[in-house]
Formats: sequence, structure tokens, C-alpha cells
Amino acid sequence: MYAQMVDTGSPSATSLDEREARFQSRIDDGIRVEPQDWMPDRYRKTLIRQISQHAHSEIVGQLPEGNWITRAPSLKRKAILLAKVQDEAGHGLYLYSAAETLGITRDQMVDDLHTGKAKYSSIFNYPTLTWADVGAIGWLVDGSAIMNQIPLCRCSYGPYARAMIRVCKEEAFHMRQGYDIMLALCAGTPEQKAMAQDALNRWWWPSLMMFGPPDGDSVHSAQSQAWKIKLFTNDELRQKMVDQTVPQAEHLGLVVPDPAVKWNAERGHYDYGDIDWEEFYNVVKGNGPCNRERLEVRNKAWTDGEWFRDALVAHADKQAQRLTAQAA
Amino acid sequence: MSTARYEYLLRFGDNALILSQRLGEWCGKGPALEEDMALTNVALDLLGQARLLLSLAAEAAGNGADEDSLAYHRDDRAFRNVLLVEQPNGNYADTLARQFLFDAWSSLALRRLLSSSDAAIAAIAEKAVKEVSYHLRRSSDLMVRLGDGTERSRAMLQTAIDKVWPYSHELFIGDAVDAEMTAAGIGFDPASVHDEWLAYVREVFAEATLKLPAAGGWMPKGGKQGLHSEHLSKLLAEMQVLQRSHPGASW
Repeated sequence: MYAQMVDTGSPSATSLDEREARFQSRIDDGIRVEPQDWMPDRYRKTLIRQISQHAHSEIVGQLPEGNWITRAPSLKRKAILLAKVQDEAGHGLYLYSAAETLGITRDQMVDDLHTGKAKYSSIFNYPTLTWADVGAIGWLVDGSAIMNQIPLCRCSYGPYARAMIRVCKEEAFHMRQGYDIMLALCAGTPEQKAMAQDALNRWWWPSLMMFGPPDGDSVHSAQSQAWKIKLFTNDELRQKMVDQTVPQAEHLGLVVPDPAVKWNAERGHYDYGDIDWEEFYNVVKGNGPCNRERLEVRNKAWTDGEWFRDALVAHADKQAQRLTAQAA
Repeated sequence: MSTARYEYLLRFGDNALILSQRLGEWCGKGPALEEDMALTNVALDLLGQARLLLSLAAEAAGNGADEDSLAYHRDDRAFRNVLLVEQPNGNYADTLARQFLFDAWSSLALRRLLSSSDAAIAAIAEKAVKEVSYHLRRSSDLMVRLGDGTERSRAMLQTAIDKVWPYSHELFIGDAVDAEMTAAGIGFDPASVHDEWLAYVREVFAEATLKLPAAGGWMPKGGKQGLHSEHLSKLLAEMQVLQRSHPGASW
């Protein structure tokens, strides 16, 4: 889970020195960049930001869905949701590891998250009010994530691309489980169907916002595209998402909460209405319904767990000392 | 089908279900990412065990019940889990102390059930014992690392152990259901696993530099017969809310 909202610094095509030119030409030739390779600082920094934002999104993303683990309506759904949320933690772990290959520690990244310096996908600042929200997150949010992440399996940075392959496989399963929840609700009682519609109403727009600002406002996209760490523009991906999702909503018998949604035969795509970007920027700035709560929960978990982490380190140190003493 | 067998299956199934429910409360809030994943794994294993056991119990009841009707449509007085597993999570030391005492018992209990004359029960035990052996390895290892970690971690873990210890006694107290199951070769006498359990716990505590709580004192019991602490009804209120508020709905 992750939103395309990454600042690439200040790129300038003319400032490329020879090394950068060689670097760029390797990327153009489709050669993967590996941790030991030379890379421009801006590439490194941009990737650290992008991968760590992605990792943070996985970790914070555990919370809205974790909210329903204890209340899942059947044991089968509970088992699936537990496994799904555990997968997200696993994604966080691979991604932190991928980012560490760029020369930053996990502790530093976690600290950046907890102090609010680093961002995570703003979608997780919306609340999960009903069980249908768990379905909607799988269907729409993980659906958007896949759209964004499948191209990243081919991105220029090796560790990131490889992590994405496994992440995408799991996300595809997550999306199916979300849609399956929606199918069951839509085939259920009128109250269940209303629950599903309400969830779609609340998650539709935030899911479209996940792809980031419109291309015209996304000033750093060009550099990221040249570096092949972003392979499609925000609007291209958003359009794919709309095209994929509208027929799925129709199949469920649900109405997408946008009267402007209409098939455009000339474009070969669905048209859709204007996104409220003010809401998006407001949530990114920290003013979404759950921003404070999500960070509080993460901070509390971290602070409460300090004694535990300290103890493991202390024990490992003692063991090492004992081994040294034995050897002496 | 005997009522005792049904009761017996509920006891094992409810232990796994309720402990899994408690562990699920930690999801996303563990002290480290690796812990979060590991504890969720344990919760998932226990949930899987609960589903097998409750499905078998439902079959034994023969009244159209299934795993979900048993999990979601019984009140606390009809639950048969021991008091130990329903105790609130507390801090992470409390959760781990509860887990270790349970794992050490469960691993022995499941080994006994491997030779059950009831093929279905023996088959579930065979699957579950592999999982619980791993859980026990993990929780024993954490007892040692946290007990022999910092002064603070030792103190927190010791406090947690002292607090949860009285609830371990119930694991070893038999009643008429246990007697009938033991006589039928399906189950075992709970008291018969006590010494081995205590020896194991003592060994781990010694390595962990933790003190074994004194014998005797307060020994709450009654969970196996459906007389629970105040905590269970609240846990169930949360767990059962959707099934109860949408009667007859499929999910």
C-alpha cells in the first residue's frame, strides 16, 4: 500500500555529469541498479523516501483492518483477515530491508514515521466503521496498490523490484478476499447490502486519491520516470483503476458514488468526476479523521515495547560475552 | 454420541479460540515488527485448531450446529475454556507469561491425545502438536531472553508470572467429563501431566533466572464447567457482535 506522493528533490537534466550519464544509460538499457553500484544521491534519497513511505504504509495499514480482527463475523473470515494483516506486516519488513540496502537503518525510518517526518499512504487515515470497510479496503485500496505496484516489479532498483514481486502476489490475493467479502454482503440481507454501498461511498474517492495529485501538479514525476522508479503517471494509473473497478461495482449491484462516471467509447475509458484535492492535501497534512490516532497507536506500541527490545539486545550481549569468556 | 465427548471437544476448542482471540487484539501493536508477525502466526494456528475442534464438536452435537454457531451463538456460561486463556492481555510480559504456561501444558496435552482411541481427535492432535511445539519453543526462548535480559524485563516478567500463575492450576484439575473420557481411552487424566509440566516450567525458569511462584494459595477454577471470570463475557460481546446483530445473515 502506498501513494505516489514522492518528492524527488530538484532534478535538472543538464546537470548530469559523466557518471550520472553512465548511470542513466544503464537504466535506459534496462540494467538493474544494485546496492553496491554507484548511484546519484538524489536517486538514493528519492528511493529511500519512496520505499520507506511504502513500508510505513504497510505498517500503519495494519491498524484500520486490524480494527476488525476481533469482530470478524465468521471464523473463516477471521482467519483470512489475520493472515492478510500479517502479510502487510511482512511487506513492511521486506520493504524496510530493501530501504536498508540504501544506507538507512530501520530504527531511523521508524523514528521518522513516529515523529511525523515521514509520510504514509493517506488512505489509512480514514476509519473502518463497519465490516464492509474491510471488504472495501481489500477491493479498492489493495486494488489501487496493485495497480501502482505491478509496474514497480520492473523498476530500476533491484531489491525494491524483487520485493515487489512477492508483495504483488499477496496483494492480488488481498484484493480477491476484499471483493469476496463484498460479494457475500451484496448477496446478503438488505442491511448487509446497504453496508457494502456505504463502504463504497466512503472509500471510492480516497482510493482514487491514492495515486497522488493529477499529472499537471505532479512536478517530480519526470525524473522518477527517467530513473524507472515510476513507470506510469498518476493519472494513467488512476484511469486504469476506474476502468477496472466500475464494472466490478456493477457486478456487485453497487453504485459508484460519482454521477460523472460514464463509459466514453471514443477514449475507450470511463470518464469520472473531479476529485476533491483539497481533502487529499488536508489529509496528507495530518488533518484526516484518523491521522492523530494512527500515529498515537504506533508511537504507543513502540514506546510500550522499548523494554522488550532492550531486553533482547541485553540478552544477546550477555550471550556473546559468555561465549567470549568460554573461548578465553 | 456421548455428551462427555462433546464437552471434551468444547474444552479444547474453546481454549484455542479464546486464546487466539486475545492474541488477535495485539495485531499491529506488538513491540517489534517480527513479534507482531510471530504472535499473529500463533493466533492463526490456534484459530485453525479451534475451527477443527469446534467443527468436530458441532458434528458430535448433531443438531445442525457448526463452528460458527458454536463460536458466535453461545453465551459465556456455555464456554468451556480454562480461565487462564480469557485473562486480559495486559502488557506484553503478561501476554507472554500466559502464553508460556499455556503452551507448556498444551504441548503435553496434545501429545496425550495423539494416542486417543478417537481417530478424529488423534488426527487433530497430530496436526496441532507440531504447531504447539513451535509455539512452546518460541515462548520458552522468550522467557529466557526476557528473564535474563535487563533488570526491568526480569521484573516485568516475574510480576506477570506471579499474576497469572494461579490460573495454571485449573489445567490439572479433572472432573467427571475427564474421568469418562479417560476411561474410554479418548482423553487423559489432567493431573497426570502436572509433574512433567512443572518440571519443564522449572527448567525454563531456572535458565531464565525467574522464580517459580510458591505452591498453594489462591487457585481459581470453573472455566471448564462454564463458570468464568468477568472478562469472558466482554470478550464475547466484541467477538460475537456482528453475528448477534444480524441474525441469520451469511458473511
